[in-house]
Amino acid sequence: MKERIFDSWRGKSLEEALGACRDLVEDTTFPTVKKWRQGGGKVAGHFQVYFPEEIVHAAGMLPFKVRGAAVEPTNADSHFGSYLCSILKTSLQIALTKTVELDLFVSHPICDAARNLAAIWGRNFAYPCQILYLPQNPNSSRSAAYLRGEYDRLLRTVSEIAGRKVSADDLRRSIAVFNENRALLRGLYDIKRQAPWLVTADEAYCLVSVGGLIPREEHNELLDSVLPRLRERGAKPEDRTRVVFEGAFCEQPPLDLVRMLGRTCYVVDDDFLIGLRYLTSDVPAGADPLADLAHAYISRSTYSPVQHDNDKPKELMLLERVKRARADAVIVAAAKMCEPGLEEQVAYTAALDEKGIPFFVTEFEENMTSFEQLETQVETFLENLLFA
Amino acid sequence: MDTQIAHPEIVGRGNRDGAQLFREWFEGLSKTAEDGGQAAYVFVMGSLNEILNTFDLPVVFPEINSLQTAVRRVAHEFLDQAEDLGYSPDICGYVKADVALQHRGGAHPMGRVPKPALAVLTNACNTYIKWAEIWERMYKCPVFTMDIPGTRQGGVVTKPGELDFENDRGYVEAQIRELILLCEKTTGRKFDIDRLRETMRHANEMSACWKRVIELNRSRPSLFNALTDGTIYLGVANGFRGTPAGARYFRELVEEMEYKAAHKIGTLTDEKYRLVFIGVPCYPIFRRFNELFTQWGGTFVNSSYLWFASGGLNLGHQYDLARPIESLAEGVLISVRDAMDSMFHQDRMIEDILEDFHVDGVIYHPIKSCRTVSTGLADARRHLGRRSAVDSLFIESDLMDKRVVSEAQMKNRIDAFFEGLTARRGRAKAAPAA
Repeated sequence: MKERIFDSWRGKSLEEALGACRDLVEDTTFPTVKKWRQGGGKVAGHFQVYFPEEIVHAAGMLPFKVRGAAVEPTNADSHFGSYLCSILKTSLQIALTKTVELDLFVSHPICDAARNLAAIWGRNFAYPCQILYLPQNPNSSRSAAYLRGEYDRLLRTVSEIAGRKVSADDLRRSIAVFNENRALLRGLYDIKRQAPWLVTADEAYCLVSVGGLIPREEHNELLDSVLPRLRERGAKPEDRTRVVFEGAFCEQPPLDLVRMLGRTCYVVDDDFLIGLRYLTSDVPAGADPLADLAHAYISRSTYSPVQHDNDKPKELMLLERVKRARADAVIVAAAKMCEPGLEEQVAYTAALDEKGIPFFVTEFEENMTSFEQLETQVETFLENLLFA
Repeated sequence: MDTQIAHPEIVGRGNRDGAQLFREWFEGLSKTAEDGGQAAYVFVMGSLNEILNTFDLPVVFPEINSLQTAVRRVAHEFLDQAEDLGYSPDICGYVKADVALQHRGGAHPMGRVPKPALAVLTNACNTYIKWAEIWERMYKCPVFTMDIPGTRQGGVVTKPGELDFENDRGYVEAQIRELILLCEKTTGRKFDIDRLRETMRHANEMSACWKRVIELNRSRPSLFNALTDGTIYLGVANGFRGTPAGARYFRELVEEMEYKAAHKIGTLTDEKYRLVFIGVPCYPIFRRFNELFTQWGGTFVNSSYLWFASGGLNLGHQYDLARPIESLAEGVLISVRDAMDSMFHQDRMIEDILEDFHVDGVIYHPIKSCRTVSTGLADARRHLGRRSAVDSLFIESDLMDKRVVSEAQMKNRIDAFFEGLTARRGRAKAAPAA
């Protein structure tokens, strides 16, 4: 294993460790990615939502989740027109300014806007900029076999960039690392659902988010250290509304918004950075690990507005999320100008309405800085529930 | 100058017959709706009409219905209705117009459309997927996503026989076979492979002719306006794909264009500047939008719209009728992939046609409604500017929503663009030969 790139939490109290995570998430200079490169490592930037990071990890590269940033897109703005979400611009901004330097960029056809990114980056950078075509017809009998072939294509690209052959054993080792990570993240969400007073919404968010900025082995060490301490935390339950936050599958709300929510309610489940938690159970690492990864994506994955799957009607999946988290209400959010998110709001609210589950509809932008009005609206919504 | 047209039955026939075919098509759909018959909802980029025709399933193109509401200046009524139902002002106007249309029992300015017995869509536009989900929820009808993997990296296009192409082709072929089963189940009819061959034969002819029609517009003066006339041709290319009427129409369109080329008959515009249009037209002020260019002598000789909105028919791809299913998979993959390239990597294609089509300017028209087409255009324009000396203009509006169409602002920018073109041309003429 290479030298560790995120050390500031080690040997620290729980609060200090959580503070170190928050500092890293809020640091728009992406110091861990820089440190990785300074150590001679290569970086694969992958845009939201899901990406099979195991493939990049197996080649010894750092999978870096491109999720925008709280920066002004002063350079990137002229590369885009109007009426677009912020994450596209700020993601390109950090690349144009060399805040992060990549060796590979991969986007996915998740939405009409994001599927343009590979072409845009390809016109501006010399390194390979590609689209990974995750199947949009997962119900086809051929989808898993097709995806296995697509992963193989990605592996060939990655091997060439890494300058090394990636064996099946390499892949199996990476799958094991990520299985451990998935289990730890499930543990974190169990705490959120079962004892949300033990971890605030923004603390949990940061603990997940750093996973996209550091090697997954380091993330496992962090979660391994923090989760038991969270479980033993002395916090006491309060009389707060249990809420599911839906709508952050791609562009992320600012951390201050998440913090504000944490002050006013218990966020007992959400889709923040859902791509890092997309596979819902362990991936069996058998004779053909690429096929195992492909099958897991098709059959053992969660949902988001950017995938149509007859077996996963999204509004029913949301209702299931609400039920499993024993939530009282849902915040149905969407990033500004996010077409799939805005369209899904209509279906989500109709389903919630039918079941009599209270909901609050809103929009956000990663760069918004004023939350007073939103906070008042959320508080009013929650008070209405309390006194209903 | 002799302004008499020797063969008026030929010149202008494409527009006349196209309009007539469209009226008949809409009348047919209205009758199907009244009779309670079945129909398939499809989209222009990969309609799979070759298969659906085989089952005699009439096709409804919601994009074309929505477009009609804009051209006929009633789109705002439909948009308002959908927004009242909870749809955001920031999503595709086509989707919202269709939502309202469905809530009106299928009524639209040209008649009425039947309810969907099934919906078939490709991933060429992600909004297709979200759109079809609305019908799925509304009508509980089956929705079939024909997933067509596109180009992975600019300039890297896989070919038949290569490992990655064959992986994609196998996926598409499996889906075609699954779609056939779904059509059998939906219609209660048995699949007839000879009917498929017949529709593919007609599609072959249409494809070869469409490619030829576009090529012929290299003529000086240009033979048709890619923006206005082209939209009529596109309508037939989509609505009548794989049909005898469609094949005949395009055969005759080639004849018309060859006649016009031979006799140097251009459009009604006195052509001074030859333009390429990138994006989707501004339908809420369609005629006026075009006039903003033609009044300066600007004619649209080609457009990315002619490529992607024909679902890649412009490639002239020919199916091999001896192995219909396999060849259909290959053809759908190649042509829909090309349609996607026309949106995401169109900068490469534009460079290829600048010389052949004697292009003076490139007009980029991103629109609020369509992020598929629009997201990359500013960057593509910057790229073109680095690689070519051709002039270009970037104007934004919408294809449906007149609230974001500022005619005065567009006119200012278009006038300035032509003033620049005129000045540069004047300076070039005045400059002594090197």
